[in-house]
Amino acid sequence: MASTGRPLSPHLGIYRWQAQMVSSILHRATGIALAAGSLLVVAGLLTLAAGPAPFAAFGAFCASPPGRLLLLGWTWALAYHLLNGVRHLLQDAGLGHAVTAFVRNSWLAVIGSLLLTVLVWAWVLSGGGA
Amino acid sequence: MSDSMRTPLARVRGLGSAQSGAGHWWRQRLTALALLVLGPWFVVLTLGLSHAGYAEAHATLAQPLDALLMIAFTAVMFWHAQLGLQVVVEDYVHTRWFALTLQIVIKFLAVLGALACALAVLRIALGS
Repeated sequence: MASTGRPLSPHLGIYRWQAQMVSSILHRATGIALAAGSLLVVAGLLTLAAGPAPFAAFGAFCASPPGRLLLLGWTWALAYHLLNGVRHLLQDAGLGHAVTAFVRNSWLAVIGSLLLTVLVWAWVLSGGGA
Repeated sequence: MSDSMRTPLARVRGLGSAQSGAGHWWRQRLTALALLVLGPWFVVLTLGLSHAGYAEAHATLAQPLDALLMIAFTAVMFWHAQLGLQVVVEDYVHTRWFALTLQIVIKFLAVLGALACALAVLRIALGS
């Protein structure tokens, strides 16, 4: 690219990674993951309506290693999308636009989501499993 | 001539703003606000039932308030998901026919998903 000295539009190959990019990309990625995860909600409700045997099969899938892994991933995706969504709503209200606040709140969403995930799964596992 | 900056050709081709961006933006925020309440409610309910069997889960969802909130949660969840996925497709899928196909499929699946959840909850709540 010719060096014109002009500001460049955001381009992944040029820009250094920063919290602003990571939080934005993660919000979209977790949103897509949660949209796919909504199928599990459908499966849970449909099997619960269908009867004890189908619901037991659904429970067995959730308790299986791949089921557990999916649930763990969706727990974090939901926690992050929720916290970062609050950040976006606050920004829509005109709050937290200063660079320092933006970076701090991005990290709050990332770290908070990990914390929430640990809390949820500590609760699940301490209760003897799903 | 109109006071618009658009050329007559651009106007007749339907280029430019679709005049629906603000509506999409607002609905995305409204559904987000609803999910801010319904999402944690769903997580707490699910966690409470994670060690429960079929009978307890069925009895819980058969209660009027839980049934109502579950239908609301799933409907708003699919609505919010469709709005978000629509933007993702608009931003990243640049093949016109494929983008349009994806938008239609996503909308149909979202409506089907919401209807399936509502029917399941109604069957649980009202008896099969």
